Amino acid sequence: MLTFTFRRLLLAIPTLVLISLIIFLLLDLAPGDPLADQPLSIPPEVRQKMRDALGLDSPAYVRYLLWAKQFFWVEPLVFVDWVAGTSFSEGMQRILSWQFRAPVFDIIIQRLPQTLWVVGLAYVIGVLIALPIGIISAYKQYSWFDQIGTFVSMIGFSVPPFFSGVLMIVFFAIMLPWFPSIYDTTLVVNDFESFGQQIRQMTLPVMVLALQTTAQLSRFMRASMLDNLNHDYVRTARAKGMTEKVVLLVHVLRNSMIPVVTVIALGIPSIFGGAIITEQIFKVNGLGQLLITAIYANDLPMVQTLAFIFAVLIVLCNLIADVLYGLLDPRIRYD
Amino acid sequence: MPDTAMPILDVKGLKTVFRTRGGEVHAVNSVDFDLRPGELLGVVGESGSGKSVTMMSLLRLLPSPPAEMRDGAVMFDGQDLLKISPEELRKVRGSKIGFIFQDPMTSLNPVYTIGFQLAEPLRAHLGLSKAQARTRSIELLQLVGIPDAERRLKDYPHQFSGGMRQRVMIAIALACDPQVLIADEPTTALDVTIQAQIIELVKELRQKLGMAIIWITHDLGVIAGIADRVMVMYAGQVVEEGPVGEIFRDPQHPYTQALLKTVPAVRGPRAERLQVIEGQPPIMYEAPAACSFRNRCQFAFDRCSQENPTLTGISAPGHRAACFLLDKASTPEPEAVDG
Ligand SMILES: Nc1ncnc2c1ncn2[C@@H]1O[C@H](COP(=O)(O)OP(=O)(O)O)[C@@H](O)[C@H]1O
Ligand code: SF4
Ligand SMILES: [Mg+2]
Repeated sequence: MLTFTFRRLLLAIPTLVLISLIIFLLLDLAPGDPLADQPLSIPPEVRQKMRDALGLDSPAYVRYLLWAKQFFWVEPLVFVDWVAGTSFSEGMQRILSWQFRAPVFDIIIQRLPQTLWVVGLAYVIGVLIALPIGIISAYKQYSWFDQIGTFVSMIGFSVPPFFSGVLMIVFFAIMLPWFPSIYDTTLVVNDFESFGQQIRQMTLPVMVLALQTTAQLSRFMRASMLDNLNHDYVRTARAKGMTEKVVLLVHVLRNSMIPVVTVIALGIPSIFGGAIITEQIFKVNGLGQLLITAIYANDLPMVQTLAFIFAVLIVLCNLIADVLYGLLDPRIRYD
Repeated sequence: MPDTAMPILDVKGLKTVFRTRGGEVHAVNSVDFDLRPGELLGVVGESGSGKSVTMMSLLRLLPSPPAEMRDGAVMFDGQDLLKISPEELRKVRGSKIGFIFQDPMTSLNPVYTIGFQLAEPLRAHLGLSKAQARTRSIELLQLVGIPDAERRLKDYPHQFSGGMRQRVMIAIALACDPQVLIADEPTTALDVTIQAQIIELVKELRQKLGMAIIWITHDLGVIAGIADRVMVMYAGQVVEEGPVGEIFRDPQHPYTQALLKTVPAVRGPRAERLQVIEGQPPIMYEAPAACSFRNRCQFAFDRCSQENPTLTGISAPGHRAACFLLDKASTPEPEAVDG
């Protein structure tokens, strides 16, 4: 298993390099001038100097190699310096955001907590709700509980977050003013009251995202449980005199979790994608919103870096899914 | 076995119905039988004749829906297994009555070790500690002839061959020293040499432990060597039952006679071609109102499609069959009886 993981990690490197190149070339093809939103009063020669400073006119491969060097070499060094207090990265050029004129990673680090709190928490909550619902729905197939579950999942499946989000705002922020509709990022949690405020402002976006996760995952869990409930080993467990609780939560659950765990792992990157929309609606200034504004501002280093981080996340989650699969299913041996 | 012994298991009027989209399927229709202590009862019949459904009904192992136990009583240990609470039933399952299933490949849980699956009934029914269960598990694996028992406890089912897995299933079924062992086609999925080994093992275990056994098979040949008594099933009914010698020497029901012709002769000339019975057992969308075998029976006559024959005793003690040919008065052509 360890050698498998290691081999897969090694294999991931060329994959990721290729992905970064493709992202770069695609962005390079896209039209747009990063200086377009600068005032028109800037004289052409100054404008040219700005272009030179940003390296806009050098050939594509030079710009790519520069970015790659900064991403794979300079930024890790900065990280090491930050952790260990050393100064390896001193004087090195970091990836700079064109719109913020600041290192891309510094901005990402600022925005990451918002996304993790809202999106990550929503995913965790969604998973924690989905699993029991799926288990009970399967065990009590066609009961009223199952029927309601099916109905709610259908809604969660078919209503996109940009609609359910707005609906939530209308109901729970405007008609019933229980929750704020706009996420206040400047809020500092330092006492009980501000903590409550933080919870309240997280509630709506978390609900919107969790509904989506719950809808998809609970159906998947249900299907997996139903599939396993028909297996012969379930009958064996009952014939041994095991209680229904043991049959369900020991025998069936462990088998049913194998595909579900992979789906959970594979879903982590996609939830960041979904966050792009939800963060826009609730004005959460997390990574999703950062990506959107960077695209509007033609902030290529930022878009390139964020897109690549998402790609790394996808590759990593795939690897995690495979490793988990092997850990949960003794029939799988990678070595 | 003396006939006088009190039956350990007494089944009366068992009826099991499946509610399906295509209507009700009457899989078990008023089955009566008993099992005496230490006896080996062979249950035979083609695939689809209701053998498995009957046996699983005894322990209410069929998922409901679609299965529904319509009627009957299963007396065991002074209680009716169809009436007792789920908790009481659980104390019988896997402890006093052990079950072995047809397919050892799928009957074990693939994600738990053999040791875990063996220890489960030991801990649940006998209240053994982890260490005690382990010791007993090793004993059990040795009992069913699995070499290197101690080391194999931590292996998963996929690390065992088919025959070895069936041995593990037998070990699990015998874990709590049951009074009754129900083996549902335990060798059907195995190849012939392994099949013979498993049959040998069960014979040996029976002598050692003395439990009563119900052995289900569609192959009469398997039964000949091990059973004390045979029960022949067709379309969810018992059509003939009797001591094994009687059934083989003097089969009464045309279905039993036909089944016997499909068994390769162990003794005597081997040249004789094996026969097959034309057609298939019917799917019973209604409770039988006539003889279910009539469409395939070469002796069928008027009465066979008007009434359903019941089990009737014949000269030999304990030998009964459900066929109108036994009722001499109603038989139209005397020569048919000789057939
Ligand atoms: N889950 C089910 N749904 C509907 N009908 C079933 C189901 N299981 C069994 N049956 C019916 O019960 C009959 C007897 O099945 P079974 O007891 O498995 O036969 P055997 O074990 O003798 O081969 C089958 O012919 C089928 O019509
Ligand atoms: S009752 Fe009639 S149809 Fe049925 S087995 Fe006997 S002779 Fe054949
Ligand atoms: Mg069967």
